[in-house]
Amino acid sequence: MTTKSVARCGLLTALAMIFGYVEALIPFYFGIPGVKLGLPNIITVFALYTLPVYQVFAIQVMRIVLVSFLFGNLSMMLYSLAGGLLSLVVMVLLKKKKWLSIAGVSLAGGVSHNIGQLAVAVLVVQNLKIAFYLPALLASGLVTGGLIGMLVHKVKPLLDRSKF
Amino acid sequence: MFCKRDLIVVIAVAIVIAVSAIAAAFYQKNEGDTLRITIDGELYGEYSLADNQTVTMTEKLGYNRLVIENGTAYMADADCADKYCMAYKPISKSGETIICLPHKLVVEVCGDRDSQLPDVIVP
Repeated sequence: MTTKSVARCGLLTALAMIFGYVEALIPFYFGIPGVKLGLPNIITVFALYTLPVYQVFAIQVMRIVLVSFLFGNLSMMLYSLAGGLLSLVVMVLLKKKKWLSIAGVSLAGGVSHNIGQLAVAVLVVQNLKIAFYLPALLASGLVTGGLIGMLVHKVKPLLDRSKF
Repeated sequence: MFCKRDLIVVIAVAIVIAVSAIAAAFYQKNEGDTLRITIDGELYGEYSLADNQTVTMTEKLGYNRLVIENGTAYMADADCADKYCMAYKPISKSGETIICLPHKLVVEVCGDRDSQLPDVIVP
């Protein structure tokens, strides 16, 4: 790992944390508790298309652990890690296959993120009834994942030109 | 921005959403009559939706105050970290839930109000 890539990972982690903080400040409320915009995923998707896979994983785990300790709690970390890692694995695999565009990969990531969180929630409270939130959570993952993918699609060429 | 194969993913997810939403709607169509409260997977208590009452649950993880009013129930107060449980709309239909994840608490509507009515009244 070169000094440049260490600095780049640190910068992206810091930026993702800021996004996480901004998201915690603004109460986006879509009617279902737990549905979020997922602003830090902008960084995840962008990093996925610019950095080696292990660095993306490092940024993701660092961001989740730090944001959870700073602005959340331990149970929040569990849900975020489950969703964050599942969506990252799905996105890495889909990106390797080269089937989908950036927006498509991000969209699949958003959906799998919510599936991971719901799965952990079912395990934690030991009650399958929570699975009734599946349709709402899938729909929100589809929309937010798609929006974030579109954003990265637009932003990435600009950052590529700046030799980031 | 989106390619053709993205559309296949969107359609596949949309089908799953539609099927699960229909399944949920079928399951949750009837007004319930009792509330079952579980904490950490264990039954805490059952309460009738017909009686107006306030249930205060104090466990080692924290406290939640549930209000039952005119056949619906909502979380009035809680000292959990995220307060998402207080954001739920009042529940009344069988199968509907209020969940407080930090406290591992699930409030669930059970039973069927209509099924308690007699089928036939013999004069």
